[in-house]
Amino acid sequence: MRRVVVTGIGIHSCIGYSVDEVRDSLFNGRSGIVFEQARKDMGFRSGLTGKVDMPDLKGKISRRERIGMAEEGFYAYAATEQAFNQAKIDLDFLEKNEVGILYGNDSSAKAVVESSEIMREKKDTMLLGSGAIFQGMNSTVTMNLATIFKLRGINFTISGACASGSHAIGIGYFMIQHGFQEIVLCGGAQEVNPESMASFDGLSAFSTREDEPHKASRPFDIHRDGLVPSGGAASLILESYESAMKRGAPILAEVIGYGFSSNGSHISVPNVDGPLRSLKMAVEQSGLKITDIDYVNAHATATPAGDMNEAKAIDMAFGDYKPYISSTKSMTGHECWMAGASEAVYSIIMMQNGFVAPNINLIEPGEEAKMLNITAETIQTKVDTVLSNSFGFGGTNSTIILKKFVK
Amino acid sequence: MKREEIIAKIISFMSEEFEVDPSTIQPDANLMQTLDLDSLDLVDLVVIIEKNFGFKVEAKDFVNIKTFNDFYDYVCTKLEKPAE
Repeated sequence: MRRVVVTGIGIHSCIGYSVDEVRDSLFNGRSGIVFEQARKDMGFRSGLTGKVDMPDLKGKISRRERIGMAEEGFYAYAATEQAFNQAKIDLDFLEKNEVGILYGNDSSAKAVVESSEIMREKKDTMLLGSGAIFQGMNSTVTMNLATIFKLRGINFTISGACASGSHAIGIGYFMIQHGFQEIVLCGGAQEVNPESMASFDGLSAFSTREDEPHKASRPFDIHRDGLVPSGGAASLILESYESAMKRGAPILAEVIGYGFSSNGSHISVPNVDGPLRSLKMAVEQSGLKITDIDYVNAHATATPAGDMNEAKAIDMAFGDYKPYISSTKSMTGHECWMAGASEAVYSIIMMQNGFVAPNINLIEPGEEAKMLNITAETIQTKVDTVLSNSFGFGGTNSTIILKKFVK
Repeated sequence: MKREEIIAKIISFMSEEFEVDPSTIQPDANLMQTLDLDSLDLVDLVVIIEKNFGFKVEAKDFVNIKTFNDFYDYVCTKLEKPAE
């Protein structure tokens, strides 16, 4: 089987709109969470959210290319442009070579809500405009990016709830590893607008620590009171080792394991067995010993049941060995469909810069956290191997293992 | 609304929506070619006319519209005509 490497990364998130900005935020433990009164005015229980600005693409891509893109598509374009640039892939290359796209996304709620409002008011489908169909489909990101970047390889969206971005990397890894593709653009995108988060807010799942937005996301802390919704997009260029070497592309990391599983139980309450099986599968596939893992980027969203069950799974898998662990969601909030991809990008940034980002707001560890080596501070250390967990509604689990590239 | 005002309004929203230089919108210029419209764009043309003038263009009405002048005539006629 072939080796799979990462030759480009791009990020547009509430902690930065470039790899450099995000590196600084991760290192300094900077939160991207804000309070938005507009959400309260709409009837939200919590006004907290990650703050992500829309990139201005006017003049960069044509009106026809923009009109079918929903909010998350704009984020995904920005992240992808960075990733292709870093991988030294331009439009000329994309037109002459077969490059695929597998991107995680699981909603395009605002586009659908806006179409519904127009329908109810105008009672005429044509007045929805030509972009509504392309904005409202779950595959909005892949259909738009594939068109704009002239992608001619595999092309579809992966919807696996909050593990979507991680599964996209995993499937892209398999496609290259087994020789079906040379290069695949992988990633995850998440809309941030209130329309997309209202029903989640309705479950009372969000933190209401509204007077301290930067302290609201508290994975593993006993005083957590829920997650904070967030979003943006993250892109990774996965490529066969042979192709990367032939092109002289920069190699940032190697993907060496993808584990997956389904809990087969409750739709929203996680368990231990599912994540544990996903985690073990990834480690086994990687050929590493468990003690080779330097850092675990936890899924931990700051819900008591989720944090607890993940901690148990990690503890059971790692035993007496205690690698550094943090949840970058303490800074970013929960980036949902994007999270698996963004957390792979965050992990590669840590790997390249020799530090473990802090699990900020961990002041008083919960019982489960005491079993693990969770760091509330930035640790400057070598990070050669990372395990990144992502779990989602319906009991979907994904684990990615990344390794510093050695020729 | 006077014809000059209607024309100014059309030039303004069309150049903005379809991102063309307003000076390219000349009375005898071909509307489809100047705005570089495909079949999807025609749907958006219907939407912006409805937004700006409050009536919906029917597909059959486009058959006789070639130039911007044809379009101005069409809009002026529709605006003069009482609602059906």
